[in-house]
Amino acid sequence: MAFVLLRRLGQALLILLGVAAITFVLLYALPADPARMIAGRSATAQTVASIRHELGLDQPLIIQFWTYLSGLLYGDLGRSYAQKTEVWTLIVARLPATLILMATGITVEVVLGVTFGTVAAVKRGGTVDRLVMMASFVGVSAPQFVVALLLLYVFAVTLGWFPMSGYGSFAHVVLPATTLGVLGAGWYARMVRSAMIDVLNQDYVRTARAKGLSSRRIIFRHALPNAILPIVAMIGIDIGQFMGGVVVVEAVYGWPGIGQLAWQAIQQVDIPIIMGVTLTSALAIVTGNLLADLIAPFIDPRIRTS
Amino acid sequence: MLRRWLLGTTTAAAIMLAPPAVMAEGKDIVVTYKDDIVTLDPAIGYDWVNWSMIKSLYSRLMDYEPGTATLVPSLAESFEVAPDGLTYTFKLRKGVKFSSGRDVVASDVKYSIERAVDPKTQGPGAGFFGAINGFEDLTGGKATGLAGIETPDDGTVVFKLSRPDATFLHVLAINFASVVPKEAVEAAGGDFGKKPVGSGTFVLKDWVIGQKLVFEKNPGYYIKDTPKIDGFTVEVGQEPLVALLRLQKGEVDIAGDGIPPAKFLEIKNSPDGAQMIVDGEQLHTGYVTLNTKVKPFDDLKVRQAVNHAINKNRIVRILNGRATPAKEVLPPLMPGYDSDYSGFAYDVAKAKSLLAEAGLADGFQTALYATNTDPQPRIAQAIQQDLAAVGVKAEIRALAQGNVIAAGGTEGEAPMIWSGGMAWIADFPDPSNFYGPILGCAGAVQGGWNWSWYCNAELDKRATAADSMSDPAKSGDRVEAWKKIFTDAMNDAPWIPVTNERRVVAKSLRMGGENNIYIDPTRVINYDAIFVK
Amino acid sequence: MGILRSLSRQPAALFGLVIVVAVVVLALAAPLIAPFSPDDQMFDGLTLEGAPMPPGGQFLLGTDTLGRDLFSRMLFGARTSLIIGIVANGIAVSIGLFVGIVAGYLRGLPSNILMRFTDLMMAFPALLLAIVLAALLKPSLWIVAMVIALVNWVQVARIVYTETRGLVERDFIMAERSLGAGHGRILLLHILPHLVPTAIVWGTLGIATTVLLEATLSFLGIGVQPPQPSWGNIIFESQSYFQAAPWLVFFPGMVILLTALAFNLVGDALRDILDPTQRGRG
Repeated sequence: MAFVLLRRLGQALLILLGVAAITFVLLYALPADPARMIAGRSATAQTVASIRHELGLDQPLIIQFWTYLSGLLYGDLGRSYAQKTEVWTLIVARLPATLILMATGITVEVVLGVTFGTVAAVKRGGTVDRLVMMASFVGVSAPQFVVALLLLYVFAVTLGWFPMSGYGSFAHVVLPATTLGVLGAGWYARMVRSAMIDVLNQDYVRTARAKGLSSRRIIFRHALPNAILPIVAMIGIDIGQFMGGVVVVEAVYGWPGIGQLAWQAIQQVDIPIIMGVTLTSALAIVTGNLLADLIAPFIDPRIRTS
Repeated sequence: MLRRWLLGTTTAAAIMLAPPAVMAEGKDIVVTYKDDIVTLDPAIGYDWVNWSMIKSLYSRLMDYEPGTATLVPSLAESFEVAPDGLTYTFKLRKGVKFSSGRDVVASDVKYSIERAVDPKTQGPGAGFFGAINGFEDLTGGKATGLAGIETPDDGTVVFKLSRPDATFLHVLAINFASVVPKEAVEAAGGDFGKKPVGSGTFVLKDWVIGQKLVFEKNPGYYIKDTPKIDGFTVEVGQEPLVALLRLQKGEVDIAGDGIPPAKFLEIKNSPDGAQMIVDGEQLHTGYVTLNTKVKPFDDLKVRQAVNHAINKNRIVRILNGRATPAKEVLPPLMPGYDSDYSGFAYDVAKAKSLLAEAGLADGFQTALYATNTDPQPRIAQAIQQDLAAVGVKAEIRALAQGNVIAAGGTEGEAPMIWSGGMAWIADFPDPSNFYGPILGCAGAVQGGWNWSWYCNAELDKRATAADSMSDPAKSGDRVEAWKKIFTDAMNDAPWIPVTNERRVVAKSLRMGGENNIYIDPTRVINYDAIFVK
Repeated sequence: MGILRSLSRQPAALFGLVIVVAVVVLALAAPLIAPFSPDDQMFDGLTLEGAPMPPGGQFLLGTDTLGRDLFSRMLFGARTSLIIGIVANGIAVSIGLFVGIVAGYLRGLPSNILMRFTDLMMAFPALLLAIVLAALLKPSLWIVAMVIALVNWVQVARIVYTETRGLVERDFIMAERSLGAGHGRILLLHILPHLVPTAIVWGTLGIATTVLLEATLSFLGIGVQPPQPSWGNIIFESQSYFQAAPWLVFFPGMVILLTALAFNLVGDALRDILDPTQRGRG
C-alpha cells in the first residue's frame, strides 16, 4: 500500500514538472515582451536591454527554466514583473478566498446532490425522479457566467438580499457558492441516485422492508453509506475541475481569489504570476485526482490499480 | 412658558441661519477600483489608478496647483535656473519629515532620482530624466549614480544638464521624481511598493492584498490645511457597475473606474445625477496609427483617404457622448492645440476618390489591431465598418494588450492599430510629451511606441530646438513652434485622430469641491484637495 | 434506424433531438432567414443617446450595443457554435481515439509514456490553458476550435484506453493473433468498430462541453472575435448593459443552455442505448 502511494506521489511530481515545462515554453513563445512592458513607453532601447538583463530574459530558455526550477525548490516562485512583489505572497494572500469559495461551492453541490439524488432514488420512476434528472442535466448544461450574472442581478442588485461583490462575511459567499453549487449538484445527484438504486434493489433490503423496517432507516443505515465513497472520489475530481473554472465566477462577483489574479496577469503578460497560478492549480488537480484514485479500490474491489 | 418657547425658537433659528459650517474635516471616504493596486513604489507605478495615490504619499521638488497645470515649488522652497538653462539649483524646505520620523535631506532627492533611472529598479520612468548629466552611463550600466545631481549641503540640490530641457520642471513634478528614504527601500528588500514610506499628505496604514488599502492623513504635512479629509479607504476588486450601485446607496464615495456606459444615461437623467457626475476633459487622444512602412499606407494619399473615411460622430455616439471628435494630434486642453486647424472631414466620396488617385479604386485588404477589453473591440468594429464603406477590408485582431504593444513595435507587422485602452494620455501638460515616443524618430524602432514608424528628420530637429527653449520668457514662442510641428505632422497623416475622451468620475453627494480636483489634469483624483461637505 | 427509434421513445431524448435538429436547421438557413446582415451596425439601431433598442418592431429580439440586430446575429452565431462544436470535437475525438488505441494496444513503455502524457494534460487547469493558448495565438474561429480540441481530447483518450485494454485481452483478439493477423488488420477490423459507439457518445456529449467552453472563452474576450457573431461574444460585448438591456444577455444565454442541454440529453440517451453497461459521470 505504501509502495503504491509512493509511486503515485512520484508520478504526481513528474506531472507537475511536466506542467511547469509546458507552461514555461508556452509563455516563452508569447510575442509580448515583458521587458518592454515594464520599461514603459518613454524608455530608451538601452534601458529596455538593461531591464531584460536584470530579469534574466536574455538567457537561453533552458537556463531560464533551470533557474526557475531551482527557485521552486526553495519555495521561491519569483517576483511579479509588474508589481515586483513575490508571487508567493500574492498567491498566499488570495488563495484562502478561492479555497473558501471551493469549499462552500462543493458543500452546496454535495448537500443538494445527495438530497435530490436520494429523493429521486426512493421515488424512482415517478415525476419527481424525472424532474430531478432533468434539473441535473440543465445544471450541467448551463453556462456558468450567465447564471452568475443572473443571480447577481436578481438577488443582489434588484432584491438587495445579498451584497453585490466583495469578500468578508458569510453573506458575500452565498451567491458565488450558489452559482457553483446549483450547477454542479447534478453530477452528485445522478451518482447518488444510481448508487442508492443499487442498494435498494438488493435482496436483503427487500427482506428488511417486508419485515417492516422503515424506509428512513434503510436509507440512512444502508443506502447512504454505500454512496459516501463515490462521493468522496467525485469531490477529488471536482476539486480539479473547479480550479480550472474559477476565473469566471471570481470575475463576475469580484471575488479576490487566484482566478482574478491569473486573469490580470495574463493581460499584463506577468509570466511569474501565470506560472505560479498554473502550478498551484495543477497541484490541486493532481492532489484531487490522487485522492480519487486512492479511494477507487475501496469503492469497487474489481478495479485494479493499473 | 412663552420665554422658554422664544428661547427655543431663537436658538433653532440661530442655528439654521448660521453661516454654513467650515468644510467638515474629520471624515473618511471610500474609493473603489476594479483592479488591484499594482504597486505604490513611485519609481515603478505608472497606471492611472496608483498615480493619484503615489502623488499623495510622497513629495517632490515641484508640484502643481490643485486642478491646474500651473507649476509651483513644493518640497523645494525656491529654485534658480542658470541663464544657459543647464544648471538648476533648488533650496529644500526645512523640517519636512518622512513618515518614519527622519528629516528629508538633499541626498534623499539624489538617491530617489537615481533609483528611478537605474535599470536595476526596472522602472518605466527612466527616460524622463534623459537630460541629466550621466544618464547614459547609468542606464548603460557603466555607473551607479547620476553625475549630474550634486548635493553641496543637506538643503541644496543642484542639477547639471547635458542639454537645455524646457520640460525639466515638469519632470521634477512627475511621480518618478518622488522622494523616498534609502533605508526604508533597502529594508523592504524589493517590496517597497507594498510598504511605502514617504513624506506626502497621506500615510499607508494597511494593505490587505486583493481587498483594500487604508490611507490616513499625515498630521505633520508641511502645507497647512492639507489634506482636507482624514483618510480614505480604497476597495479593490469592485466591478464598476457594482461600485456605482453602492455609490447610489451611499456606501461608496468615489467610483474610481467611472460610470459604465450602460448606466451613464440612467444616472445623467436622474435627479441627483448632475451632482454625482464629474465630467472633465483629459489630456487624451484616441487614434488609429497607420504604419507608414506597410503597403499601402506608405502612400500619403491612402493615409489621407482613410482619414476622410471615419465617421467620428457615430463613434462618439457609441461612447454615449463621453468624447469629442478629434482632428489633430494634441487634445484641446494642451498648449499648442491649434483650434484653427481643420483636419480631415468625414467625406466618403473624397476618401474614395483619393484611393482611386492612389491606384486603389477597388480598395484593399488590411488588418486593424485593438485590445480585447470592452469597449475597444466594439469601437474597432465601428471603424472597420467605416473603412468597408470605402472599400478597405480590415480584419480585426483583438489581442491582449501586451501582444498589441509587441505587434506595434515590430517592424512591418501591424498596419493599423486602434489605440483605445492604450491611448496616449499626457504624462505632464506639455506638448513635447505627445511627440517623442509616439511620433519621433527615436520611437520608430524595434520595441518602440511609434507604431506608425513615422520618422520625419526635419520635424525631429524642430522638436529638439523647441525643447531647448527653456527660457520661460520664450514659452509663447515655444508653444507656437510646437503647434506648427504638430500641424505639419498631421498633414503627413501618420494617424487618424478619432476621439478626445472625457473622463467621467462618479462621486457621492457628500463629496465637495470643484470638478477639476476630481479630474485633476496631473493627478487624476487629487486626494489632497477633495473634501466632505 | 433503430437508434433513432429508441431515442424517440424517451421523452427527454426526443426533446433534445428536436432542439438539435432545430438549431442545425436554423444555422444552415441563417442567410435565408435573417432579416438583417449580422454585421450591419445601423445608425437607427441605437436610440438617440446611443443605447441598444429593446425587442419589438423591426428588431425581433432587439439590437446590441453597436446597433446590430440581435436575432440575425444569433442565427449566424448558431453557425459559429456548431462549426466550432463539430470541428473542435471532431479533432478532440480523433486525437483521443488515436492516443487511446495506441496506448491500449501497445504494451510497456510507449503505452506508459502516452498515458502519463495524458495524465499530464489532465493536470492542466483547462480554462487557464485555453486562455494562455488563446493569448499566444491570434484568435480566430479555427484557432478557438483547435484550442478547445487540445483541452478536450484527454477524457476521450482515457476512456478509449481502458476499453482498448479490455478488448485486447479478449479471447477473439488472441485468436486472431495466433492466426497470424497483422496489427493493422486487428486494429481496423476488430478494435475500431467496437469503439465507434464510444466515439459517437463522447462526440455528442463533447459538443455540449465545446459550446459551453467556446461561450466562456468568448465571454472573457478571447474566443471568437467580433464582428463574427458567437453567442458567447454577444454576451461579452453586452455584459455591462445587463441591467439596461437584459435581453442581450438573456436570449443568448438561454440559447446556449438549450443547445448544450439538447446535446447532453441526446448523448446520454445514446450512451444508454449503445452501451448500457456504462454508468456514472458523463
